[in-house]
Amino acid sequence: MAGYIARRLLQAIPVLLGTTFLIYFMVFAMPGDPVVALFGDKTPPPQVLEAVRERYNLDKPFIVQYLLFLGGIFQGDFGVSFSGQPVSEILAVTFPVTLQLAVLAVLIEMVFGITIGLVSGLRKGGIFDASFLVVSLILISLPVFVVAFVAQFVFGIQLGWFRTTVGPGAPIQDLVLPAIVLATISFAQIVRLTRASVIDTGGQDFVRTAASKGLSRRRIVPVHILRNSLIPVVTYLAVDFGVLMVGATVTEGIFNVPGVGRTLYQAIIRGEGPTVVSFVTVMVLIYLVINLLVDLLYAVLDPRIRYAK
Amino acid sequence: MPSNTRPTQAHFVAPIDETPLVAIDSVKADGKPTNLWTDAWRDVRKRPMFWISSALIVLIVVVALFPALFTSVDPRYCQLSLSNQGPGDGSVLGYNRQGCDIYSRIIYGTSTSLSVGLIVTFLVASLGIFFGALAGFYGGWVDAVLSRLGDIFFSIPYILAAVVIMSVLSQYASVWTISLAIGIFAWPATARVLRAEILRVKNADFVMAATAVGVTRLRILIRHVLPNSIAPVIVITTISLASAIVAEATLSFLGVGLPSSTMSWGNDISQAQVDLRTNPQTLILPSIALSVTVLSFIMLGEVVRDALDPKARAQR
Repeated sequence: MAGYIARRLLQAIPVLLGTTFLIYFMVFAMPGDPVVALFGDKTPPPQVLEAVRERYNLDKPFIVQYLLFLGGIFQGDFGVSFSGQPVSEILAVTFPVTLQLAVLAVLIEMVFGITIGLVSGLRKGGIFDASFLVVSLILISLPVFVVAFVAQFVFGIQLGWFRTTVGPGAPIQDLVLPAIVLATISFAQIVRLTRASVIDTGGQDFVRTAASKGLSRRRIVPVHILRNSLIPVVTYLAVDFGVLMVGATVTEGIFNVPGVGRTLYQAIIRGEGPTVVSFVTVMVLIYLVINLLVDLLYAVLDPRIRYAK
Repeated sequence: MPSNTRPTQAHFVAPIDETPLVAIDSVKADGKPTNLWTDAWRDVRKRPMFWISSALIVLIVVVALFPALFTSVDPRYCQLSLSNQGPGDGSVLGYNRQGCDIYSRIIYGTSTSLSVGLIVTFLVASLGIFFGALAGFYGGWVDAVLSRLGDIFFSIPYILAAVVIMSVLSQYASVWTISLAIGIFAWPATARVLRAEILRVKNADFVMAATAVGVTRLRILIRHVLPNSIAPVIVITTISLASAIVAEATLSFLGVGLPSSTMSWGNDISQAQVDLRTNPQTLILPSIALSVTVLSFIMLGEVVRDALDPKARAQR
């Protein structure tokens, strides 16, 4: 186990270096002058350009710039936003909100997704199964902003059950609607994954053995079928948690949730290049770390992975 | 009493097997040969979902190619006096805030979504097949380098990457740049799928047979290994077409996608946000068009996957 963790950690290093380099490269080595682009239509005086270049180390050769940027990241310095606030400070405020939202969304999709997937898988081909296959197909093809707007319109405006915007300092129940919207993205996938896994496990020899030695259905389903079907589902949920931490940009923007995603959304809308880069870098790092943890979790849950080379 | 025992007979006697011995040994040559693709076609054409999705896709392609067949209203001709008016008076679905005809804009936006989808798919398929085939077939250091390269691209969520590229290239935003921004980070999934499939296929007997008769490595890869491992790539490609359309709409919605002068569902949805309370159909209608398009490609992908993958067929 320790060897596996060490190997996995070592493998993560080149990917980590590669991704940060790629993001940095994309922004600062492309055609066009990012500093001039910052000022939009206006032509800034050369002294201002010079000052901005110096502040972002843009007067130095590209590779030196990258190394300085990388060194900053390791010291927890992710740069400064346009308003002059350090990105790490913004993160300290916004990150807990996004975390709450992601946990809520994962809980919702876990409870509903696994229940519906289990019932569908046990009654394969029934009416319940067939109708949920159609529903999940429709949910998969709905872009998240469409779901968000429809939810906002129906539940927020027409029925008035939820507040349509969250805003800073809002109580956690205001996060329920955005969490439901976020959950719909993966809910359908979890239903399908659970269903496929339950069908797969249900046909295995040990399930037949359990049935033939006279165990009741009420014991076979939770203990033998469900527990053994959950390994792929749990890993999917963990990966999804990483995606939610990263990909809530659209939902947080629409519902005005004061999280990491909305901050990125606003930075994009205002055209704050360097802030966007800092945030994307942080998000990619979070995503990588969560994926690493998922791989380790997988090894804990499934001994076959640990002992294979 | 079973029918194949005669009254005078005490024991069961099996009927004489009348199949001539020759017939057992000979290969049925007059029947059509079956393979993965003919089996898949036989499976697919029995499914209503296949016909529904194909009909929708044909319709979408026709709309994209000949928008003028479906509407005679100019989508760029907008009258502020008609702002947010409902349907009627020569307008099927009403007008948006700027007084432009919603129906006409939806019709003319089709080709944008479809072109982005097709360009991204082409890019993803060519990069993915190229890198995946080399990594899987040649193995060794080629595989190590290409797989790590793929890991790097794979670990950046492609919407975020596209956001960065598009906010840098904002002056050059067009259907081509947005497709490039999406495609350049979306290929590793295809490469991984193909690599895994090639690893499975490349040790098959027919590859050894080809090597034994002196076929070159490259020719084996192109003529024998690739055609036998392309099935999962086709499935993932159909689905990636759908996700590319969603990605374009999301980027346009975020404001880093296509310039507002380009007719696009994502742009229309983005601009209609403020009218959610007053005139929701300006937002809902392009969303429906987008969702139906995505749904038809996802449905096709599902049907094709079920047809090509015996395991998925069994779970149906």
